[in-house]
Amino acid sequence: MFSLALSRQKSVLLGAAALAVAAYVLLPLVLPVFWVQLVVFAAAAAIAAIGLQFLIGTSGQLSLAHSFFMAVGAYSYAVLGKVPGGGSSGWQVGLPSLLAAVAAVVIAGLVGLLFSFVSARLGGLYLGLASLGLVMIGAHVLTVAHSLTGGVYGRDVPVLTVGGFGFSDTDPELWFGTHQLLGIGRLWYLTLAVLLISYWLLRNVAHGRAGRAMNALRDSESAAAAAGVRVQHYKALAYVISSCYAGLGGVLTALAFQHIVPTYFSLTLSLNFLAMVVIGGMRSITGAVVGAFVVTGLPLVLSNYAGSLPFLGAPGSGGLEPGVFAQFIFGAVVIVVLILQWADLRGLRRGLRVLLPARTSSTDAPLASINR
Amino acid sequence: MTSFLGYLVNGLSVGLTYGLVVLGFVVIYRGTRVINFAQGSLLVLGAYLTVRLQGSVGFIGAVLVAVVLTAAFCVVLNRLFLRPLRKAPQDIPAILMIGVDIVLVADLTRRIGSDVLTMNDPWGSHNVDLGGVLIAQSRLVALVVSIVVIAAFLAANKYTSIGLSSRAAAEDRETAALMGARLGRVSDFAWICGGGLAVIAGVFLVLYPSPGLVSDTNTVAILAFPAAIIGGLDSVWGALVGGLLVGLVQSFGSGYQSQIDFLGAGAADILPWILMVVVLLIKPTGLFGKQPLTRI
Repeated sequence: MFSLALSRQKSVLLGAAALAVAAYVLLPLVLPVFWVQLVVFAAAAAIAAIGLQFLIGTSGQLSLAHSFFMAVGAYSYAVLGKVPGGGSSGWQVGLPSLLAAVAAVVIAGLVGLLFSFVSARLGGLYLGLASLGLVMIGAHVLTVAHSLTGGVYGRDVPVLTVGGFGFSDTDPELWFGTHQLLGIGRLWYLTLAVLLISYWLLRNVAHGRAGRAMNALRDSESAAAAAGVRVQHYKALAYVISSCYAGLGGVLTALAFQHIVPTYFSLTLSLNFLAMVVIGGMRSITGAVVGAFVVTGLPLVLSNYAGSLPFLGAPGSGGLEPGVFAQFIFGAVVIVVLILQWADLRGLRRGLRVLLPARTSSTDAPLASINR
Repeated sequence: MTSFLGYLVNGLSVGLTYGLVVLGFVVIYRGTRVINFAQGSLLVLGAYLTVRLQGSVGFIGAVLVAVVLTAAFCVVLNRLFLRPLRKAPQDIPAILMIGVDIVLVADLTRRIGSDVLTMNDPWGSHNVDLGGVLIAQSRLVALVVSIVVIAAFLAANKYTSIGLSSRAAAEDRETAALMGARLGRVSDFAWICGGGLAVIAGVFLVLYPSPGLVSDTNTVAILAFPAAIIGGLDSVWGALVGGLLVGLVQSFGSGYQSQIDFLGAGAADILPWILMVVVLLIKPTGLFGKQPLTRI
């Protein structure tokens, strides 16, 4: 007879899983809207963040244009969908919202493919700078294309409806006792589920054949090519996947905002995504998710509790703004994480001899200090 | 015609000041192979230090002290953060500089807030009449000082031993090291020059007719990137040509805004970026840069 008793480890895991499921189902009904919103925004950002992590960490292509691909997804969805009664929106195609959402992700991927034709010829930092050009030009185009984006005033976002069930406060109204399931609560279920699925998918790709090929070309394009890896093919594939994820993140973020303005999709947003990836450790998908929650959540939390934190002032009051303080922290964490992850410790010790006269380099064998 | 001349002179003056920014950026790249994403915030740091110090040591003194302080800051940055990363892939130091930029911008934004800080420069808001064209006196001074500073740098680059080592290292780091170039000193020198140039450029960029130093000023320096690419990331002359081109494009772009209205308002600001993308497609190494050796 075999024992039905579970091992200690398994029962802890089972308990944790049950807790997670319960939290997933119940929290949007009981948590204050602020926290539900925070999780929705963070989860949407996390989806885009893991796409960027895949691009930077797995295939070694630095991109500062991630916010642009998110914008492509968000605006494609807004344009292809339909806002009843027009709303403050420009030109609409009027497709059913689910179709519009899927199409938006595909469009984002196609734009990524197009850009990868440009970037195929570029290596390393030139690619990063090209992406910088893309995000700057893209930001300008978004502000200027009034009929598509509503200019600086932005446009409303169509509500997602799947088979009659709307991800909004109404349509239908849902009450569980005295707790109402608002639109943002329904989006909680959606974004977290999508995050889980897309995380699992990406992890499989990264650990599969394509991922290995991309790791090879990340470490050395020439060596990978010499070993038979189709470098341009995999670089393009990485870009397509990454921009699809960015587009998906963009659609979900748009759904959460309900109204999008072009100035949101700026270089600063791209830099925040870069920070998310770095903070989580550039080679880790899970890290990117954690980074997304931290970078999205911290400014919101600080703003919300600015009153109780003595060193912060409310936005506009002239004191230390929570948003600025959060940026400061992110920049510092990026620096610290990079040093911890990549530093040659001997170099760190030598570098710390800042106070001593600079005779250090002459005591090295020339070959040892070759790169600096 | 006078407006054309006006745009031209203005474009040249602003372009040469941009040239200082780009030169600093390129010097750092040549000496260390690091893309200094924080060039813009060094610019603001220099201008801010000048504003804060001008009360105690006068304008010129403040500029000099700001140059020294910023250069020292850059050297510490190099030794503390960048030298430990020298074995890492090339992306990593660049991302670290993004982090530095984020920190600097956040701190300087906190300090400047919504103020508009002005300099007590001796040229104030005087204009000079050059044959019918009104040019701000400070812009003319910027032109002259830029030429002097650039000439001084080029002379140092050519005639001093550290300049020789820098040129050798820019050409081929490994061989230069084997031939006796002290790469540590080369990188320190590159950062000192880069930081100093950023300060001078920063000060000139916030003088009249610009309203003054605001939290947003670092975004001006972002045009250094297209300028550097257009000219060639590793070329000193390319930096100057790139800066001039960007300044001229901007000046003519906003001057003739009505002709290019179809591109939208503020199109003058993205023309440099479009030019950059075109250059990247046709000749990635820029007008004066050198071809990389690997082709796949």
